[in-house]
Formats: sequence, C-alpha cells, structure tokens
Amino acid sequence: MGSMPEKPRHGFGSLVTGLQEVCESGITKDLAWRRSQLKGIIRLLTEKEEEMFDVLRDDLGKHRAESYRDEIGALVKSVNHTLRNLERWAAPEKVQAPLVSFPATALVVPEPLGVVLVFSCWNLPLGLALEPLSGAIAAGNAVVVKPSEFAPATAAFLASNLPKYLDPRAVKVVLGGPEVGEQLMEHRWDKVLFTGSARTGRIILTKAAKHLTPVALELGSKCPCIIDRLDSKRDTQIAVNRIFGGKWSLCAGQACLAIDYILVEEEFAPALIEVLKSTVKRFTATPDCMARILNEKHFKRLSNYLKDRKVAASVVHGGSVNPKTLTIEPTILLNPPLDSDIMTEEIFGPILPIITVKKIEDSMKFVRSKPKPLAIYAFTRNEKLKSRIINETSSGSVTFNDAVVQYVVEGLPFGGVGQSGSGQYHGKYSFELFSNKKAVFKRSFLIEFMFRYPPWDNGKIGMLRHVFNTNYVLLLLGLIGLRR
Amino acid sequence: MEESRAAAVQELRARFAAGQTRPAEWRAKQLRGVLRMATEMEAEICDALYADVGKPETEAHVHEISLVKSSCLFALKNLKKWMKPKKVHARLMTFPSTARITKEPLGVVLVISAWNYPLLLSLDPVIGAIAAGNAVVLKPSEVAPATSSLLAELLPRYVDSTCIKVVEGGVSETSALLELKWDKIFYTGNSKVGRMVLASAAKHLTPVVLELGGKCPVVVDSNINLHVTAKRIAAGKWGCNNGQACIAPDFIITTESFAPKLLEALKKVLEKFYGKDPLLSEDLSRVVTPNHFNRLLDLMDDEMVSDKIVFGGQRDEQKLKIAPTIFLDVPLDSAMMKEEIFGPLLPIITVEKIHESFGLINSMTKPLAAYLFTRDSKLQKQFESTISAGGMILNDTSVHLTNPHLPFGGVGESGTGSYHGRFTFDAFSHGKAVLHRGFGGEAKARYPPYSSAKLKILKGVLAGKLGAHIQAILGFPRGK
Repeated sequence: MGSMPEKPRHGFGSLVTGLQEVCESGITKDLAWRRSQLKGIIRLLTEKEEEMFDVLRDDLGKHRAESYRDEIGALVKSVNHTLRNLERWAAPEKVQAPLVSFPATALVVPEPLGVVLVFSCWNLPLGLALEPLSGAIAAGNAVVVKPSEFAPATAAFLASNLPKYLDPRAVKVVLGGPEVGEQLMEHRWDKVLFTGSARTGRIILTKAAKHLTPVALELGSKCPCIIDRLDSKRDTQIAVNRIFGGKWSLCAGQACLAIDYILVEEEFAPALIEVLKSTVKRFTATPDCMARILNEKHFKRLSNYLKDRKVAASVVHGGSVNPKTLTIEPTILLNPPLDSDIMTEEIFGPILPIITVKKIEDSMKFVRSKPKPLAIYAFTRNEKLKSRIINETSSGSVTFNDAVVQYVVEGLPFGGVGQSGSGQYHGKYSFELFSNKKAVFKRSFLIEFMFRYPPWDNGKIGMLRHVFNTNYVLLLLGLIGLRR
Repeated sequence: MEESRAAAVQELRARFAAGQTRPAEWRAKQLRGVLRMATEMEAEICDALYADVGKPETEAHVHEISLVKSSCLFALKNLKKWMKPKKVHARLMTFPSTARITKEPLGVVLVISAWNYPLLLSLDPVIGAIAAGNAVVLKPSEVAPATSSLLAELLPRYVDSTCIKVVEGGVSETSALLELKWDKIFYTGNSKVGRMVLASAAKHLTPVVLELGGKCPVVVDSNINLHVTAKRIAAGKWGCNNGQACIAPDFIITTESFAPKLLEALKKVLEKFYGKDPLLSEDLSRVVTPNHFNRLLDLMDDEMVSDKIVFGGQRDEQKLKIAPTIFLDVPLDSAMMKEEIFGPLLPIITVEKIHESFGLINSMTKPLAAYLFTRDSKLQKQFESTISAGGMILNDTSVHLTNPHLPFGGVGESGTGSYHGRFTFDAFSHGKAVLHRGFGGEAKARYPPYSSAKLKILKGVLAGKLGAHIQAILGFPRGK
C-alpha cells in the first residue's frame, strides 16, 4: 500500500482554524471528553491488534512479539496509567502564598495549550504517534498527527482508524512527505512535538521561530553501553541478553534508544565477544526474529559503513547483507577507526562496534567527547563507577544493568538533552509538556496596606523592607504605630 | 572582538567541564556574593536605575533590589532540596529496580536582559542558573546603560568571574553572542527580537525561555470595593515603572454603566498618588528613551484616539515624562489597542455586559497576565476557565510575580517557559532519568526466538499481571 503525499487543495489554514474553533468551544477541555478519547485509543489497540501487527510487519518486518512489547503493549500500559491519573494531573495545585498577602490563595492551574502538532517517526510508527497523541489529549488539546511517510502502511492505518475511534473534529491525521511537513509548519501551533533527525529538527525550529511556536524535539544520538568487567559467567550472560534486547531486538537497532556502541576494557573484550557471538546465534535461530532495514536508502547507508576497508577489517562477527530482503545480520566490530563514519554518525542499524579502553573509567571521557546522548547504559556492580557515570556524564537518561526498559517506567521522563533533544514526555510529563501551567493568585479586598502606594516616604520604605525580610513582628509593630 | 568573545565562552566551557560550577558550596558562595552586592551597593544601584529610567527610589528598592535579595535567600534556603535526586516509583514491570530523577546543569547558558527592570531581569535568571550549577553569560540591556555598566563593574567583584561573565553591548553584540552555541538561552524582551533569538537558537538546537509581553487586560466588575480596586490598578500601572512593565495593566474592560464611577475613582487615586501636576512628582518613572517617548506620543495623538482622552495627557519632552493618561472607548482597531502600550496610557473599553469582556480578551493573543476585579465567585470561576494567560490575579495586579511558589511566564505570544523560585532552577536544569536494575529478575520471555507462549507472558507483564511477572522471572516459557 503506497502513500501518495496528498497535496492539500486549500493549504492547512482551514485545518488549523477549524481546530482552533473546536478548542475555543471547550469540547477538548472537558474531562469526560478526554476520558472518552483515551478509552477510544485503548479500544483501537485492543480491537485492531491483528491489523497493527500486519502493518508493522509490512513496514518494518517486525515480529508480533516485538510489536507488542515495544509499541502496542507499551501504549496500553501508558494510556491506562494516564486514565488512572487524569483527574489528579488536571486538578489545580495549591501553593504557598506569602503571609503578607493574607487572605490569599495561590494556585497553579493546568490548562490546554490549544492546537498541537505531532510528527511521528518511522521506526516506532505507532508508538511515536499514539504516545504523544494520548498525552496531548489528556492535557485537553486538539491534535494533528503527521505520521512518517516512510512507514506507509502504519500511516494509512492511522489515517483510516483514528477518525473511527477518536473524535474526528479534534483529532486529525495528515499524510505526506517533507513538503507536507513544511507546509504544516508555515502555520502557528500551540505546541509541536517532533521525533526524528537533528537536521529536520533544525528546519522545524527555524520555521517555528517565525510564529513563536514552542517545540519539543526528540532526536537521535549515539547511545553508548559501558560494560564493566563482570566476574560471574551468569552476570555476563544476562548482560549480553540485555544488550541483544537493547540492540538487535529493537527494530534491528533502528531506534533512538538502541545501544549504538559498546565501551569495554581491552582485557575483558574477548570474553564478552565470545558470549555475544553465541547469544546472537541462539537468539537469531529463526529468521523472522529481527526486523528488516527500513528501505534501500538506509540499507545502502549501513552497507556503506562496512565497505570502509578499515571498518570491514574490524568485523568479528556477521557482516553479511542481503539487498533483496533488506536484511543485515547482527554484526559486531572490534575497534573500528574512531574517525570512521560508523563512529561519528548515529548507526541506527544492526551493527555494533566495540571500543576498548585501558581502564573502564576511561570510558566516561570517551562518552563526553561526543554529543550528549539520549541514553547511557552501563553494566556494572561497582557502585562507585555508577556514581561517577551519573555525575560525570550528561544524557537524557542513564540505565544500569539493562537497556531500553526505562521507556516503560511511567514515572521517569523520556527525552534528550543537548543534541539529543529538548522537552520530556511519557506519563505525567506528557501531560505537562502539552499544558500551560497558569499561575492564579486570588486576593481579597479585606486587608489593605497603605505603604504599598505613593506618595513615597521613608516610613513606607521601612515598612516595605520588613515585608521583604518577612519580618512580620516589626511589620505588625509598624502597622500599629509602635515603630517607624 | 569576536575572538575574545569566543575565547570567553570557551573558557566557560572548560571550567564547566572541569566541574567548577557543580559543588553546592560553589553555588551557595556565588548566591551569597550576589546578595552582598545587592545589599552593599544599594545606593549605587538606585542611582543607576534613576539614571536609566528615572525610577523612584521606592520602586528601585521594592521592585528590584528587594526582589533580587529574596530570590538569593530563597535559592540559598532551598538549594540542597532542589539538588537532591527525586525517587520515582518503579513499578512491577522492571522489578527489581530503583528509579530516580537527578537534576544536572545544562552547561553554559546565556541570559539576555531587558531595560525596564534592568537589575531584576538580569540577576533573577542568573541566580537560578547559578543555583542549577551552570556557567553563565549575562548580556544586560544597552538601553539601560548605567545599570549595564554597573553590573559589568560590580559582578566580577562579588562572584567567580571565571564562570559568570557580563558582556555589554548593543544589537550587534547580541547578534554575535546568538551565533555561538549555548546550552540554554533565557531572553526577556519583545516578541520581535524573541523570534530572532529562536531563529538563531534553532541552528544549534538550543532550548530557549522567552519572557515576552502582551496586552494585559483588567476586567472590572461593578461588584467590588471601588477605592481599593482603583488603588491596586494604579499601583500596578503607574507604580510599575510608569506602565513600562510586562505585567502592567495595559487596558481596562468594564461595563458602560460602571465606567464613569471607575474613572472618577481612578482620577481621585491618581491625584492622591501624584498630586495635581504629575509631571512634577518624584514618584513617577520617566519614559526610557526619546524613541519610546515618540512612540507613546504617536499612540496618544493618533486621531483615532486623541479625542477620547478623559484624564491627563501632559507631557514634557525635555524630561521625557508623560503623565498618567486615561482614554475612554478607543476604537478596537486603533494602534493603541493593537500593540502593547508599555507606557502610562490607559484605555478603558466598555461593554454592555461584563461577560462580553471574555470574548474580547480571547480575540487577542494570550497575555502574560490577566486581571479581574470582582466579588462574584461565578464570574471568577468563568474567568479562570475561559481566559488563557501566563498568570492571573483576582482583585489585584502584578503582585503574583513576588510569590516564588508560582511559575512566572507567558503562553503563546507572551512567551514560553517560566521561572521564579524553583522554576528558575528547573529552567536551567536537565532532569536526568536514572534507572538501576540488578542482574536478578531475568525474563527469558523478552528475547527471541519469539513464540506465542512468550508473547502471552509479555502481554501479561505489560498489563501488570502479577502471575505473568512470576512466570517471566521464573524463566517461562521453559525450553527454547
């Protein structure tokens, strides 16, 4: 099923104004409406599960287990979490008001931003569309979803099903390629969430600047995995299992959270590689257990990494590519040149370079020499090393002794820092990302302090000093005229 | 010049990378330094503020110096609490595990300040940036040159100038700074320049906080304490740098029937505050520059509104002073009603019924602050739920910015991001998610080769079913 970029006949102006009107009518603000939409997403995920497995297999060759674990199941869990907490998140929060303003109430009231635009990405085409969508709806907004044209089956699925399960007045899907994306960005949005490459992220930000549109960016990066010397065979096996899960099991490495490369002490490297090889063999016993490469363009990009002579020489496992099926077998490299493309660009594929260091502590300096990644992974039992990694590196997140699972811990924010992005979401963070936290201060006419007003004199300044020093005793004395 | 700028930023990067700004002791020391500066240099600061905008001494103390001091004290008091990692409930799914959010500094940040509160709007963001552990470059507004050079001279004496720098200059200097890579940019000013800041930041993917302006409306119902209302409106408008403040009331909306009463009350209050000839009062700021003076004159003398003056109108070009001036029922398409006034002109717009004010406000861009005076709780509720703004106050103006527990910032055209108190600390921090797992709890069902048995267990685990978790941890399904 192809996706023909739809050239909109009238531009997107009427789409945007239409959605603004829907917002102004108050429909999306109503909590009952929000609940019904979130339940609609759950129903979609349950009733259309088979069809979703099909489109994800069409687009990326994902096995249903992977599709469920990473997209559908994760979404069900997330939306249920949102439903359970919606009232609490949407409730005004009382905060302290200074005594001098008594009687007064201070509140932070979350309100919708208005009309939100979500750009999804091709590698988790369902998850990266529906997770932000659910957060934006929970916060009371109207939403436009622009799925990636590189996952056309999923895009078409969303376009035909979202209007059936959600309120089509307030939730829209727009299909198309980069031109459509650019046309959408010609308009003002109350918030944009973009998941994708830094290059496109820059374009989005530049266009958004004209309208002061606030943008959250979820970008890519090289996520390092630091592996400390592990003394027990069992620990090593578990670590390798989880590394496999964080690399090849995850859309064949085509994920922003996937492990990009490994850092390990040179002495420990051979043992690690042995276990990696045997685990890879076991886990890839059946052919359909790894997703394929998205398309020819990415296949070529990844194959070209291996064509570099010095990189090819560093292959210790795998390396074979199949242009017909667009598959590349799990490939492990040992110390490819640090200035090769594969070590300077985000790999986003099933090739895993291992870089050795003399001491494991040297790995932090290596990580710091590269742009801040979305995630840092480290397998170690050494508490000191863990502390150092947390304090001496910066990343969206850090996970010890596992990979990628932080994605499903609802209480943890998901997002990058520096070149890996800005803005965080998931769970309550999604709600907040798509909300305006309005400060509300309620005062009464009851108590008036004359020293607030001109004409000024030293006496009044003195009283004001007491206020700011929260010296209520002197203030009180001053008020009853006992001190000036 | 360019080299020295780039070299200065390089130095900041190196010092940040070396960890100089991280320890709580260093941060507290800098905050105490700023506090000392605001205390020891009060007289010099008041002089500079008077030179720059003719700010009355009381406003200098109350709106700038005192707020800087309380900001330092609040940050010092809460620093350890803000820096502490926050534990997060890690659920059954990742058992056994612990999860935390650790706040870390962003790195090297740029604060661009404004001219109307040149001390406060420079130091308040810087205080938060320091508390969060960043290295900072402050670019004070060149339109307030006395304060700018005072900051450039004083700050290095009171804080660690290897990590906190002041860069003075005008448009070209600001543009040059914006070409460099920053980890965050904090800009206070107008939306035109705000757009340029965003466009520059886009090249480096730099996140930005924008504190902009807008037309802050005041809705005045008839069910109020009129005298107190008039005083609070006057204090928020003319008592705040003579209207040159982002949160100053821009215009009033009230009913046709109530307008005359409100007008009378305002006139009385204004005479009490500033005397019969306001141009002679020491308690009114002047207009900042001849440019702004002419801009305001254009707004006042615009033939669409010039016949709508009901109070004031006096001006002194020599002293750059304009008296508090009130207009009644200016056309909604006049320049005065289309742009942010930022001066001592106050239009009163009348409607038939007070509820019509909401539609009018919603037809404009979202303001930084919206104010409502009424005792009617139903009207209050409606206001709160219908009007979107950065902040809103019931029965007062401007004071919400002094509450450090409330986030201060705009929405839409009035800005993005917020600060004050803990919010400034957060604005200059990254909340890093940290998940600790052990080597226990290994679930075979996670890994290929996949099977429907494994899928069943995964479904159970994701749905939070305890039975599925137990199966997963015990290594089901057995065999391959």
